[in-house]
Amino acid sequence: MSKVILKMENIHKQFPGVYALNAVNFELNYGEVHALLGENGAGKSTLIKIIAGIYQPDDGAITVNGEKCIIDSVNTAHSLGISVIHQELCLVPDMTISENIFLGRELSSGKTGFVNFGEQNIKAQEILDSMELNIKATDKIRTLSVAQQQMVEIAKALSVESEIIVMDEPTSSLSEKEVDMLFKTIENLKKRNISIVYISHRLEELFKITDRITVLRDGKYIGTRNTREITRDDLISMMVGRDLKDLYIRTYHKLGEKIFEVKNIKRGNVLNNISFSLNKGEILGISGLVGAGRTELARAIFGVDKFDSGKIIIDEKEVIINSPEEAMKQGIVLVPESRKEQGLILKRSVGYNITLCILKDFIKIIKNDTAKEKSIIADYIKRLSIKTPSAQQLVVNLSGGNQQKIVIAKSLATKPKVLILDEPTRGVDVLAKSEIYSIISMLASQGLSIIMISSDLPEIINMSDRVVVMCRGEVTGILNRDELDQERIIKFATGGIKNAN
Amino acid sequence: MQTNTINNKKFQPSKNFIISFLINFVKENIGILLGFVVMCIVLSILSPAFLTQANILNVLRQVSTNANLAFGMTFAIIICGIDLSVGSILAVSGTVTAGLIALQHVPVPIAVIIGLLLGTALGFFNGFVIAKTGIPPFIVTLAMFNIARGAAYVYTGGMPIRTMDPQFTTIGTGYLGPIPLPIIYTLVFFILVSLLLNKTKFGRHVYAVGGNREAAKFSGINIKKVEIGVYTLIGFLSAFSGIVLCARMYSGQPTVGVGFELDAIAAVVLGGTSMLGGIGKMGGTFIGVLVIGVLNNGLNLLNINSFWQLIAKGAVILLAVYMDMLKKKKR
Repeated sequence: MSKVILKMENIHKQFPGVYALNAVNFELNYGEVHALLGENGAGKSTLIKIIAGIYQPDDGAITVNGEKCIIDSVNTAHSLGISVIHQELCLVPDMTISENIFLGRELSSGKTGFVNFGEQNIKAQEILDSMELNIKATDKIRTLSVAQQQMVEIAKALSVESEIIVMDEPTSSLSEKEVDMLFKTIENLKKRNISIVYISHRLEELFKITDRITVLRDGKYIGTRNTREITRDDLISMMVGRDLKDLYIRTYHKLGEKIFEVKNIKRGNVLNNISFSLNKGEILGISGLVGAGRTELARAIFGVDKFDSGKIIIDEKEVIINSPEEAMKQGIVLVPESRKEQGLILKRSVGYNITLCILKDFIKIIKNDTAKEKSIIADYIKRLSIKTPSAQQLVVNLSGGNQQKIVIAKSLATKPKVLILDEPTRGVDVLAKSEIYSIISMLASQGLSIIMISSDLPEIINMSDRVVVMCRGEVTGILNRDELDQERIIKFATGGIKNAN
Repeated sequence: MQTNTINNKKFQPSKNFIISFLINFVKENIGILLGFVVMCIVLSILSPAFLTQANILNVLRQVSTNANLAFGMTFAIIICGIDLSVGSILAVSGTVTAGLIALQHVPVPIAVIIGLLLGTALGFFNGFVIAKTGIPPFIVTLAMFNIARGAAYVYTGGMPIRTMDPQFTTIGTGYLGPIPLPIIYTLVFFILVSLLLNKTKFGRHVYAVGGNREAAKFSGINIKKVEIGVYTLIGFLSAFSGIVLCARMYSGQPTVGVGFELDAIAAVVLGGTSMLGGIGKMGGTFIGVLVIGVLNNGLNLLNINSFWQLIAKGAVILLAVYMDMLKKKKR
């Protein structure tokens, strides 16, 4: 028996105006974790959709278990033992785990058509136990964490005896600890000879978990490498097509006076006595695990959530902020963590989104200063090099990186003194990442004070002047640039050291 | 002269505005516009009475009430809302105005103002409850649908209130040149609501709230204000329509306006506004209103009875919206 379970040769796929896949090869062995890597638009999702039976290739051959086959529907893919776990999980929140696992193919008692919940629960529990998960099959999905929900998706794949599981950015919304749990499960699957196609933008992960890496760029097959034999820099240059020396672009300069301060902010048991200050032109990183209260802190400062006690001080004056509107008036603006849900009106144009917070600058009742509006929009498109065919283009049609730049543009348009960035590079490709870093650095050198919340440790370490580390709603450490290293931050983030200087 | 320069400045962009507006209008509504034109051509061949000035004015007058309500409904649907109470608010505002004039002998202008204020206040109440409690608009306006209708019955005792006061009835039966006043009102409203939706901060905020409520919040938009504004506007438009209709019928009838909310929703949807919110145009709504009006009128001219007209209307709604969806999928 050959060791190859899935072989895709010379796959072509064209869409109107786009050559999505051009002679792409992909090969997956039994019990292998094989990463698919490439920037947004490289063709990863098209390839996955072909594996999943959602798209048909225009040309090329697919072999599963040594047999040539045509995957013409999602059902065919299932019957070939292929399951895809999408980035957005497809579970019904108010149903139990076992109901979700058997959704659409419920076990019935005899021919009556009544669902045999008892048997479903027993079978589901067996699968959960085999994965060494400490959850009950009768729990509602709603009560689970995102990581646990992902495990349920995996259990669902196992329940149909899948031999190939495709995971699309499984770690994008997981905390460090949850990622470890996922990796343990993946190891476990490998031992059962299940093959995994793994997609992620986080290069560090690929080195931890994968056996081989296939790189795509602009719909073309660039190459497949053994993970053990390749370096991070090699991978990046394969992805980008040239050497990208400095991912992190940061120019340092002398900081100005203290401009912003938070004193003893408290909100229930979510935020506990948070204090820190920010100087003019400084980039202050905020690090911590998921659930440490970082986003909650940003929301409190920005007036989205009320807090119980504490002070916000700008230019040595205490300010009261009850809404995002008031925060913007005081010169504070937030780029929220989820650009699609919180940052953008996707159905509207680039121009509409950029000017959404500053309408009063050019609309007086109904007399619009269209020239001014256009010049503001053109200015930001140029300054942040937003790649869009025109200002009228709908935001939904742009790439993640460009969407993120639009959210940043929208925030900058309010002419803030303090810019809060919550996960500014989540889900954007390497090239856009480095562009965003250079924008952040440029803004700081122009005297803007920036608070940057991030789960990406290298990003925090390479971009920040100082770092506030949070753990369970408290500030556990404030580190200067010369004290920054990964281990120290993790220690503070897990509450390992309590140290307030 | 300063006034002169201001006038000149205003003239130039407004001319450009009209031209670009017309081009955009045709581009965006090409599907339903074609359907409308075809319908008109077929009807004018089948019935010589269709393309006469008298009939055209007749159709426009008939659709004026639905148009006013549909204008307001467009705002509601763009912000992912709905207003089921328009017909009931229309009835209570009309009957109270008629009652004040006929029974309490209140001067006509004051009675009209009170009627308008009443409807506006009911609309404000809808918006206030929706914004402050978070009860879905469907439920809140369903409650108002019953309350306002009930109030109209209570106020009138279930009987029509006749008023023949010429000062009042002129509001509904008068003419400006050859054109009936209700048509003039509707055209004025059309211009005003189009400006409101396209040219003001409020209009952009409406699209933001409907397109992505969470992002609107993070952009510093006061969502509650937008909601209250929209439902208050609808209340006002309903009251205005109620008073005009009442003046045209020489009486305030508590039963008037039953089912008007559904005709308004149908027109908005025909006009391409998305029930998912965030997308919609006033021009589309106006054509939607005309399609329904011309359809009714044409079937009348062809002597098809009103029972069949309902079936035809339902079929057209289904067909038109399906075609629209196909067109959008293609893009």
